[in-house]
Amino acid sequence: MSASLVLILLMAVLYAGGVYLLLGRSMTRMLLGFLLVGNATNLLILIIAGPAGVAPIVADGVEPSEMHDPLPEALILTAIVITFGVSAFLLALIYRSWRIARADVITSDEADVAVGGADSSMDDEESNEAEDGSGEDTEFEGRAEAKTS
Amino acid sequence: MITSLVGFALAGLLLPILTTRFGPRMFVVAAAVPAAVFVWLLFQVPAVTRGETPTELHPWVPQLDLAFAFRLDALSLTMALIVTGVGALVVLYCARYFRRGEDGLGRFSGVLLAFAGAMFGLVVSDDIYVLFMFWEATTVFSYLLIGQYTAKRKSRGAALQALLVTTAGGLAMLVGVVILAVESGTTRVSQIVADPPQASGLVTVAVLLVLLGALSKSAQVPLHFWLPSAMAAPTPVSAYLHAAAMVKAGIFLIALLVPAFGDTPGWRPVLVAVGVLTMLVGGWRALRQHDLKLLLAYGTVSQLGFLTVVVGYGTRNAALAGITLITGHALFKATLFLVVGIIDNRLGTRDLRKISGLGRQAPLLAVVATLAAASMAGLPPLLGFVAKEAVFTALLEDAEHGAPLGFVALIGVALGSVLTVAYTARFIWGAFARKPGVEPAEFVHEHVDFLVSPAILALVSLALGIASPLLDPLFGRYADSVAPLSGEALAASRAATTAGDTVAIPDAAHLALWHGVEPALGISAVTLVLGLALFAARTRVSAVQSRVPSWIDSARGYSRVVHLVDRAAVRLTRLTQTGSLPIYVATILVVLVAAVGTALALVGELPGSFRPWDSPAQLPIAIVMGVATIAAARAHKRFMAVVLVGVTGYGMAALFALQGAADLALTQALVETVTLVTFVLVLRRLPSAIGQDHGRRHRIVRAVIGVGVGIVMSVVAVVALGSRIAEPISLQFPELAYEGGHGRNVVNVLLVDIRGWDTLGEMSVLVVAATGVASLVFLSRRSSDMPRLGPETERPRWFARRTRMAEAPIEATASAGATPDGAAPSQEKGNQRTPWLLAGKTLAPENRSIILEVVVRLLFHSAIVVSVYLLFAGHNIPGGGFAGGLVAGLAFVARYLAAGRFELGEAAPIDAGKLLGFGVLFAGGTALVPIFFGVDALTSTWFEAELPVIGHIEFVTSTLFDIGVYLVVVGLALDILRSLGAEIDRQQEEDHGDESSPDDGIPGAHEVNTLSHTPHEPTPDTPAATETDAENATERSPR
Repeated sequence: MSASLVLILLMAVLYAGGVYLLLGRSMTRMLLGFLLVGNATNLLILIIAGPAGVAPIVADGVEPSEMHDPLPEALILTAIVITFGVSAFLLALIYRSWRIARADVITSDEADVAVGGADSSMDDEESNEAEDGSGEDTEFEGRAEAKTS
Repeated sequence: MITSLVGFALAGLLLPILTTRFGPRMFVVAAAVPAAVFVWLLFQVPAVTRGETPTELHPWVPQLDLAFAFRLDALSLTMALIVTGVGALVVLYCARYFRRGEDGLGRFSGVLLAFAGAMFGLVVSDDIYVLFMFWEATTVFSYLLIGQYTAKRKSRGAALQALLVTTAGGLAMLVGVVILAVESGTTRVSQIVADPPQASGLVTVAVLLVLLGALSKSAQVPLHFWLPSAMAAPTPVSAYLHAAAMVKAGIFLIALLVPAFGDTPGWRPVLVAVGVLTMLVGGWRALRQHDLKLLLAYGTVSQLGFLTVVVGYGTRNAALAGITLITGHALFKATLFLVVGIIDNRLGTRDLRKISGLGRQAPLLAVVATLAAASMAGLPPLLGFVAKEAVFTALLEDAEHGAPLGFVALIGVALGSVLTVAYTARFIWGAFARKPGVEPAEFVHEHVDFLVSPAILALVSLALGIASPLLDPLFGRYADSVAPLSGEALAASRAATTAGDTVAIPDAAHLALWHGVEPALGISAVTLVLGLALFAARTRVSAVQSRVPSWIDSARGYSRVVHLVDRAAVRLTRLTQTGSLPIYVATILVVLVAAVGTALALVGELPGSFRPWDSPAQLPIAIVMGVATIAAARAHKRFMAVVLVGVTGYGMAALFALQGAADLALTQALVETVTLVTFVLVLRRLPSAIGQDHGRRHRIVRAVIGVGVGIVMSVVAVVALGSRIAEPISLQFPELAYEGGHGRNVVNVLLVDIRGWDTLGEMSVLVVAATGVASLVFLSRRSSDMPRLGPETERPRWFARRTRMAEAPIEATASAGATPDGAAPSQEKGNQRTPWLLAGKTLAPENRSIILEVVVRLLFHSAIVVSVYLLFAGHNIPGGGFAGGLVAGLAFVARYLAAGRFELGEAAPIDAGKLLGFGVLFAGGTALVPIFFGVDALTSTWFEAELPVIGHIEFVTSTLFDIGVYLVVVGLALDILRSLGAEIDRQQEEDHGDESSPDDGIPGAHEVNTLSHTPHEPTPDTPAATETDAENATERSPR
């Protein structure tokens, strides 16, 4: 099957713009990028679906091969609605972030950074090693019956 | 045998409850489990001695040839007797060893019993994978038991060390096991051994890998260091796992495989070399220990080396000696550990420098210990002596036949025996002798019940020593299975057989206390004398020992490796976990570009052909969308960017329409509208400028990645399209939809019928998203009602009436019809007339647009009717639950935008959460109903009828499913409006400290946006905050 050059170019532009926005630090930009990438992906499915046709509605005198492929349509329809739900969720996240931190910008995750700097804590643990050395030669530190009974 | 395993499992599960509740005396009860198995095993002895092999088979995964196959041959019976017998006594011993209320006693008891079960399973398994499973189970239980004293760092470290070393060996072994099973074409150990695979390089590698696992499990040099560390475990554990049972697993495996693989290249040299080295290193180190338990631990290492040499040697008589030595060692070493446990328990120390004169204080204990020690040193008349004599005889005999390895082994174990005698003497001296300058021990009372277990074990050592000929038939059965005879003897016996002579094997050894004066006895005597001399010269010996450089210590190698791994892990984490989300996303995308790009480059030529466009109209749409995309990427104003992205969305709708995808065009246009409104609802609270995030360099990198993704994806599209050569399945869908689904709109039938499960999953996603939105916005709780003009209005009667009235249209929509609005007020005769436009009460006059309110009010019900029409007509024309639900959602959006949140509450006085839940339940329920009629879920059917006035109607049951979809979409829209609309309004009022009025949805423009509602951190970016103020002043609410 041959591809429509216009649609492919448009899809590339949508992907490029979407990814550019997605890589920003602003949550609003990321959401917009998400929407653009969503559109681009729907377009990808549409391109792969093949050439244009009549709406896939059974009617007299319309052959299945003349119709636009209904399966990708169903997939895209699902994708559209889910994208809507997810972007509503992301919007709520943006709002929440703004309300709590007054920030629309994603900063570096402190927990992640802390993991990276963890080897000092390991040294600490090693220095504790001597701490329970007193009971080296017994499990019955200070409670042997010889001393109590 | 499976019964025994189930018994162990049940005991392991129940015991924690019992011991936690009733204390350690429950160990006495628990000991009954291994004891019972032991007794059952005893009854099998005669049959196995006769040469029978009781088996059991319980299929597990027949497709993989996996089964719980068990067999009791002489070797596994002997091991099982040791495991259960010593197990029972050790469990019994625990009753006195532990105190009531000790930390983790419940866990300990359960794990100990589970270990006994796993060990039993290991020795009786005939399926090599099941055997491996039990093997690893013992490793894990051993980890838990060694780490019993969880508060002690040393204990935890030792547990981890044992786990790492033995599982590393276990992994190597697994590879070997898989190769062996594949090469043999069976998973039965007995069949592999009876009919081993053809010798090949692969089999040699497999066997050596299995040996690696066995040697790590049995603590052989250089992997021996975990065993002394494991002495951090409670002493009963050391007695059981690290003397009698688990460390013998490796030896057992060698003994199991030696009949088949004893001649594998490398087998014998490796085992003799490693074994001798281990025996010497262990004995040497045992001589240095002051801690009695560590002394025994190194002694165990030494003895395990001894066993490796003998068991792996592979001649008939060595095998006989080996199995005897296994038994002897289990008996005396467990005894000695239990004795040390008593000493530690009573004196509070195991340091032989602090103990003096104990022999006189506790004579019984001393007698028991001496008996066991005598067995260890190889003194008559104990079993240890019998075993050692047998070893010397076997090795000597092979050496005499000209096997150089026999000489090496003989000299090695003889030297090792000298060390053994020396450290045995050191042990007895250290534990019981009176030492000058050390205060005598105060061992107050000798509890006889505490002594029961070690005493029994010591007496068995003695009894079996004297009665060793009785063991001969059973042990000889195993020995005969290994190899009839070695070297020349074998040739001789073959010659004898062919010559028709008697088949009596001339020099098959037999176990006995007294074989007469023979070379082995001489070697024993010499080792004894040398050993005692070594002990006598102990001060000089320790002076020599202290001169050995300390770096010769593989435990250091272990900790260095572990440290390096830790460091590498931290470095790698620091390198990859930068904490920056954009970098993570960029990494994913770069991998996408690189991986998919490479794959596409390998495709070579691109299939498919191009044409400029499907229809010329695509070009202008694409230009508009492309420009909008680029502008959106460069936009600095939030609303501008949102609108530009919206343009691409509407453009998509147009493209869908051009392609002939009517449903898509409709849904996309509706979704785009609702999305835009949602954006506006949220973004009115944010500053108008999008924060500047990166510098120029970052923007270039982002653009490069973006362009890369775009290019790769367009190639993907071309390749994917070009790859479509088969006839699409969807060619059959129209017929399926019409005949099977009874609908003309193929896409709708696909959604609600053919691929209904997908849609159900999608609905669940929507419900989750809606719930997420609500819980993010309603910080504390999800309010069950829409904001209404509640009690504050002081008009409760009105409130109740309005509720009834407002619910009417909703019920009407649900029951597939719309009630004209006029019908509702007619019921309210006699009541106070309510305002038709609520905004008069709730909005400030300057924020109202009466015309808009009236128009929306008038259009609202028409919109609901349209949505319901779309829902029901969607089966045959474009529409359906999604589109219908979105139209209804837009109707609510309009009500809210025109007149504020109270108006929304009046329009839809129903909890969005309930709507969502009900929708999913309804759709799911309809999907399941067909099951009750004996057909598959989601099967649809239809009804037709001629009704008098209306005429011909049809109803397809999948429409019911679509109603569920409709309800979920309406619920989502309502949830968004309620959360991102109404609740944000309310919070905005709160933020501005305007608590005076529920009447006024709009805060005064003069108010300052304070940060008082940000308890976490007042961020330093005040410019942003002032921007918000500006934003609030200009943008305000969109109504």
